Amino acid sequence: MELSALQALNAARAARRAAVVVSDLSDGTARVFLEGTSFPAELAKAISAAFLTGRPGPLTIEGRSLFFNVHLPPPRLVAIGAVHISQALARFAPVAGFDMAIIDPRTAFATAERFQGVELLADWPEDVLAARPLDRYTALAALTHDPKIDDYPIRAALQAQCFYVGALGSRRTHAARVERLRQAGVAAEAIERIRAPIGLDIGASSPAEIAVAVLAEIIEALRRRDLGGEGGKA
Amino acid sequence: MPSETDVLEPLKVAEEWCGEGRAVALATVIETWGSAPRPAGSHLVVDSEGNFQGSVSGGCVEGAVIAEAADVIASGKPKMLEFGVADETAWRVGLSCGGRIRVYVEPIDG
Repeated sequence: MELSALQALNAARAARRAAVVVSDLSDGTARVFLEGTSFPAELAKAISAAFLTGRPGPLTIEGRSLFFNVHLPPPRLVAIGAVHISQALARFAPVAGFDMAIIDPRTAFATAERFQGVELLADWPEDVLAARPLDRYTALAALTHDPKIDDYPIRAALQAQCFYVGALGSRRTHAARVERLRQAGVAAEAIERIRAPIGLDIGASSPAEIAVAVLAEIIEALRRRDLGGEGGKA
Repeated sequence: MPSETDVLEPLKVAEEWCGEGRAVALATVIETWGSAPRPAGSHLVVDSEGNFQGSVSGGCVEGAVIAEAADVIASGKPKMLEFGVADETAWRVGLSCGGRIRVYVEPIDG
């Protein structure tokens, strides 16, 4: 691979663009293709398949031995609430490969020194998400259990078909939330997608343990997501 | 700001090393059969001093790949390697999990 190809690939990845690298195994030359651009006719089918499945593999085309590698954007995690659980998530999630952002309008919570290494947005979710909409490759964890802060981003995440929507709160808190969402006109099958109580049931107790349970649940949702239809596209 | 992921990310490391003027080879898992610890597309980056980042097998064959990478850097020619229990060198660098993998090792050409 030429250094220029490596640089182009790394630039695409930094910009959250999906990329397929086609390497010619006879001489090591590589070409980088970005999703949404046009591809050479003889490679178009294999490149499109790679983008859709996310699966790398070798293929012989017109007598040339090629390798198709796929780089889909890393999944994002947006946490609502600059709370204790989010502090632990901010440590774990980047190691597991997630780009993480934390949104909390309460400036007493959202301080840079509590959250080093992740993006911290001390503003209302309504305002942040208007500028940076959620997408299918984003997980949303609502962690404030304050309806004024959590409800809007939960609805936005369901609408954007985020691969994971989790909400902190007891069964009773969640029952009240379900009722509010229903009254607001959110469809029952959308409401059923909310993971609550949040996190896999591993008996987590401390904020850090709950963060592990939440991250594990997010990974499960990502790896077992429905790849049918548009869901598999970056 | 570099996150912890960056540190573990072999393609970024490869670009950095090239920028520092180091000679670099990139190893890529091309194909796997049976139970193999790292999927196709996984990368390991190696410099001419044997420094490496990333993984192609979870530790079983990295040593052999790093040794071959030195040849690839010296010759400037890519090479395909195969490892597995059926391999005659299995006693030395085989995959204890019983899988087989093909690993492509290529120089990064500045």
